[in-house]
Amino acid sequence: MLRACVRGAKATARKNTRRIPLTNLQPCRQYTAGGSSGAAKVVAAGLLTVGGGVGGTILYAKWDHKFRAAVENNVPYSDWLLGLALGPAYQGDIMKQVEMAQPPSMMDKPGKAPKGKKALKEPGSPAKETSPVPSQPAQSIEEASAEASHIISAISEISTVPAPCDTESAVKEECKECQHHADPAVVAPHTELPLRERPVEEVAARLAQQDQKEQDTLSSVSASLEECLASSAKATLQAIGAQEAAVQAITQHIHKLKEAMEAEVPPPEKSSQWKDLEAALADRTSAVNDAETALLKAKEALDSLKSEIDKSKGLKVSAVRPLVLAAEENLHNMVVDLDRVVTKLQSAESESKIVSQYSDLVNEAKLQFQREVSSLTPEIQANWKGLTGKLSADDLNALIAHAHRRIDQLNRELAEQRVREQIHIDASLEQQKLEDQKALEKAVLTAVQHIKEDTRLEQERKLSELREVMEAEMRTQLRRQAAAHTDHVQDVLKVQEQELRADAEQVLGSKLLEQETSYRQLSQEQLDNFTLDMNTAYARLKGMEEAIDSHVVAEEEARKAHQLWLSVEALNYSLKMADADSPTMPLESAAQAVRDSCHDNDFALALATALPEESLQRGVYSEASLRARFNALRALVRRVALVDETHNSLYQYFLSYLQAALLFEAKQEAPPGQLCSEDLDPFRLLSYASFCLEHGDLELAAKLVNQLRGEARRVVEDWLTEARLTLETRQVVSLLSAYANAVGLGTTQAP
Amino acid sequence: MSEKELGKKWDRCLADGAIKFGTGLGLGIVFSVLFFKRHTWPISLCSGAGLGMAFSNCQNDLRSSYLLHRSQKVGLCNKTHSN
Repeated sequence: MLRACVRGAKATARKNTRRIPLTNLQPCRQYTAGGSSGAAKVVAAGLLTVGGGVGGTILYAKWDHKFRAAVENNVPYSDWLLGLALGPAYQGDIMKQVEMAQPPSMMDKPGKAPKGKKALKEPGSPAKETSPVPSQPAQSIEEASAEASHIISAISEISTVPAPCDTESAVKEECKECQHHADPAVVAPHTELPLRERPVEEVAARLAQQDQKEQDTLSSVSASLEECLASSAKATLQAIGAQEAAVQAITQHIHKLKEAMEAEVPPPEKSSQWKDLEAALADRTSAVNDAETALLKAKEALDSLKSEIDKSKGLKVSAVRPLVLAAEENLHNMVVDLDRVVTKLQSAESESKIVSQYSDLVNEAKLQFQREVSSLTPEIQANWKGLTGKLSADDLNALIAHAHRRIDQLNRELAEQRVREQIHIDASLEQQKLEDQKALEKAVLTAVQHIKEDTRLEQERKLSELREVMEAEMRTQLRRQAAAHTDHVQDVLKVQEQELRADAEQVLGSKLLEQETSYRQLSQEQLDNFTLDMNTAYARLKGMEEAIDSHVVAEEEARKAHQLWLSVEALNYSLKMADADSPTMPLESAAQAVRDSCHDNDFALALATALPEESLQRGVYSEASLRARFNALRALVRRVALVDETHNSLYQYFLSYLQAALLFEAKQEAPPGQLCSEDLDPFRLLSYASFCLEHGDLELAAKLVNQLRGEARRVVEDWLTEARLTLETRQVVSLLSAYANAVGLGTTQAP
Repeated sequence: MSEKELGKKWDRCLADGAIKFGTGLGLGIVFSVLFFKRHTWPISLCSGAGLGMAFSNCQNDLRSSYLLHRSQKVGLCNKTHSN
């Protein structure tokens, strides 16, 4: 009753406390209404910060691509957001960086290539290396291969690209490359094909063709040059001869003239002299004309030779050059000789001009004198020297007077002339200077031309010599290169041969090994199969023997098990045979029987000896008796429920009796799966235990009763002990019977 | 049987109570008659004393199972030292 009151009070208290938190919440709502503006501020600030952060990130990502890449990598869905805001990431940047790294490496190669061209060590590789320069991005593999070939060739000091056969073709290729440099777009598709090595026959044929062509041109050029040279030489010689002859004629003529002028010779010889003079004059004119024509012809021939030389120079065949040079030299010499002879002729002509002028003057004076004489003495004839006897005194006087007058005149003239001598001399000197200047200029011009021509020829000669030297050197280098190439090819071939041999040997070895292993496998298999058969046969035999033995054993076991089972059944039966209030008969005999029937079985023996002594000596109570006893106990326990170690005065006893009288609990209550503290109430426990007992669960009832404490516990102690004893004995017996059943089941053979 | 012990105790109690009460009563009557001029107080005193003694005896008897005997008392000093 007290407990009920207490429970009621607790419940009411709990109900009260439940109401309080609800009332407490109401004042809080007022606080939250007042603080809403503060919350809004906080929310707004937070949104602002987040928005600012996102915007700042986007802006910075727009400016710095690495940052953008980092953000896209680390933050999920940021690439979507940045793509929306800024557009796709700029891929060109990355490509630009790659390209920037490449051009510096590529720029070195064209720089190296021109140097290489001079040494002509790698005429082929420039063709490959300079071609990728125009089309960079699409030909990274080409560059790599070119680089690799460059490296390999650098290591081995030889070009691994097939070398072009001759210098002309290399020169032509160089020219082509120059063209290609100017025209990159055209080159790119063509140079994508790798350089194939031309076959030997083609090379040889081409070489032979080129040689033939050269030879032809050479022969033709030389033939033409020789022809021209010959003709020009002939013409020049002719001209020189003619000039010389003309000079001779002129000098002859002058000489004759001088003779004719000065010599005092009797008239018949004089006339012959004058005839000779005329003849000489005729000779001279003819010689001069001849010389002129010859000169013209020679000049023509020389001009044609020059044009021929120029033409052959235009052919640009190297073998022709010495011929050309020689022809040029000849031409120069001939021109020089011609000029010299022409100058001689001119000097002779000038001299003769003076002499002829002089002779003219003299003739003129003579004629004048004759005219005067004839004017004075008209009847006297021209030839006055033979007229000494014919002239009269008057005539003579007139003549003498004339002569005196003439002498006076001439003296006056002479005096005048002497006076004007200096002026005339100056004037003539000036004239002479001018003429000299002109002649000098002309001479200087011709000399300069000659010298220029000389130096040019010298230069050409030196050039040709140098070129020959260079050709020779280049030939040696090429020969060396070819030798190195053949060496390298030999080495490579050797290496390849070795590799191939090793490969072939390996393949052979592996095949042999395979065959051997397969053969071994087969033989092993056969052995294994035979062994297996033998083993199976033996095993079967063994099995049969064991089966027979086990049969015997099994029968023995079965008999024993049966015996055990029988004894255990007897024990069980004796356990069941119990009166309501008195214990069973002592189980000693039955246990002994069980023990006897299981000498060799440790488990059963152990179990048999595990039976409690009490049960063996005195026997155990049945469940029904225990139940009845419990029902009797129950009332007593109820009465002493409040009495325990501390509360054990008579007053407590009174209170306990009062509680027992006033408290009502269920007769039987199903026990819960787990006991809580409330369930440890004696009344509850009793109702649980009686429920269990009614349902035949003595064990649980004993467990529940075991929870009683204090006086109640002391009261039920004996009952508990009895219950324990009964349970123990029953457990052992059930184990034994289960074991006996199991053994029996195991040993029984199905029909 | 443990359940019968209580009954036995109660029997003893009652018997003892009856005896003591009766003895007290008798003595009380005697004393009252002899020495206390037939006042009722010695009777009630002695019977009360008798009842009281019986009560005390009963209580002690009922408690006796909870009392520790000398031999059962265990010294706690050693335990505290070791801890």
